[in-house]
Amino acid sequence: MTGRDLYQDMIMSHNKKPRNFKKLEDATHIAHGVNPLCGDDFYIYLKVNEDNIIEDIGFDGSGCAISKSSGSLLTSSIIGKHISDASELKDCFIELITSDNSTEESKQKLGKLTIFEGVKDYPIRVKCATLVWRALESALESKVGETTEISTE
Amino acid sequence: MNNESIVKQFPVIEKEGLHYLDSAATCQKPNCVIDAMTNFYKEEYATVHRGIYDLSQKSTIKYNNVRRQIKDFIGAKSEKEVIFTRGATEAINLVANGFAAFISEGDEIVVTETEHHANLLPWQKIAKQKKAKLIVIPILDSGDLILDNIDKIINQNTKIIAIQHVSNVLGTIHPIETIIKKAHSIGAKVLIDACQSVSHIPINVMSLDCDFLCFSGHKCYGPTGIGVLYGKEELLNKMEPYQLGGDMIRTVTFEESTFAELPMKFEAGTPPIVEVIGLGEAINFIKKIGLEKISSIEKELLEYALKEFKKIKTLKVIGDTKNKTGVISFTLENAHPHDIGTLCDSFGVAIRAGHHCSQTTMQHYNVAATARASFACYNTKKDIDKLVEALLYIEEMFE
Repeated sequence: MTGRDLYQDMIMSHNKKPRNFKKLEDATHIAHGVNPLCGDDFYIYLKVNEDNIIEDIGFDGSGCAISKSSGSLLTSSIIGKHISDASELKDCFIELITSDNSTEESKQKLGKLTIFEGVKDYPIRVKCATLVWRALESALESKVGETTEISTE
Repeated sequence: MNNESIVKQFPVIEKEGLHYLDSAATCQKPNCVIDAMTNFYKEEYATVHRGIYDLSQKSTIKYNNVRRQIKDFIGAKSEKEVIFTRGATEAINLVANGFAAFISEGDEIVVTETEHHANLLPWQKIAKQKKAKLIVIPILDSGDLILDNIDKIINQNTKIIAIQHVSNVLGTIHPIETIIKKAHSIGAKVLIDACQSVSHIPINVMSLDCDFLCFSGHKCYGPTGIGVLYGKEELLNKMEPYQLGGDMIRTVTFEESTFAELPMKFEAGTPPIVEVIGLGEAINFIKKIGLEKISSIEKELLEYALKEFKKIKTLKVIGDTKNKTGVISFTLENAHPHDIGTLCDSFGVAIRAGHHCSQTTMQHYNVAATARASFACYNTKKDIDKLVEALLYIEEMFE
């Protein structure tokens, strides 16, 4: 596999037109993720209702095609989901990118998110693919109304 | 361009399909350096300065010969002025820590806006410790220093100016002669970070009259783990040693210790002996080809690359001064530098992407990162053709 194979059509399309690329004014949880090495810098906004369902989601900021498309696919994958399902999907995604232990069952849950599997072969880019997911993790663990900061180093 | 005979001396560069354009980060090594180090390990290796036996004495002679070689290469007055360090970073930290004794509250330390973190952070720390001010010489968008206010920037309060000779991000060659003259007119000292110039531009510390100058071995065809600090003898004598330990002492008791003379005073511990031998061979390599020839090869590559880059419509060169070495920072309108880096790699083109250890330079241009191609004497126009092919592909992909 060469670097070119990483940039599949879906990644390129989500990079060009990221979904849910917006700031949520009425967010209940906000997290800020920065990759100091390359300057990728994103905010994630969640609006979680009383039933712990992610009612709305947004992200904004700047970064490379891998980080931005990963953030975009994240938002469209977890919108409308229970926070525990979102958290589980996050674990599956991070496992897929950072280890060889991803099971078939886990890959089925991830669905189209598995297009990022190839990033595993590019250690320096793994942090790009996981940045917004790490921010999600931090947002889910945060208290309502607080903005958390994470840095992938 | 006629550098085939040079290319042949670099086993990595000779590899089919690799186009190495990251020499500003680190240079590839010629066979002569690799062989000198291997042979030294195989036949001549022993500790230096303390062995009574023949092997150690020969090892010491070879080691000391390199010091003389470097003295000649940079035009120092005496071998006492040539200190071996682990790299340029250690050399700058050594000066900053030793020179701190001469800095008091209200004094000023001057750096440039495009300084490498290695020549910024040590001074930032000393400035904070001593309640001194860190003053920055700003740049124009071309990458050239703004020296209109030089009389204000370098003034009676200035104690030291720590300045890069050439920017590692932009390749800008700074007018260090002017700055050194100005500094000396008011009694300030000057440290030159020559990492990006010593293997590209001839340097003579005596005619420059700089007070300190440093460079790393691995950026001039030598090994990692070895660097050089030049300092004027009288200044080095006044400075306290940076590290204490073996090899740098005269006498030691529980109550008190006295230190060795220069240069040993600043070389605590067993030095990187084989790396010194490798550096000596790297200096031989540079001398054999000649810095004029090296610089003319790199200039031709730079001009060719800038001409070819015009074919890429969304490419923007960052810092377009005419006065520069073979280093080009650039961005593409729609592709992030890290995507450019990964995709160039798929064409076999190795370039750097990121902030290049100079976030203040990135802040000047208001970018998070840039892509950077940098040349050495072993590059050819084919490397640039491949880079342009990759960039055109990337540009279309991210349209």
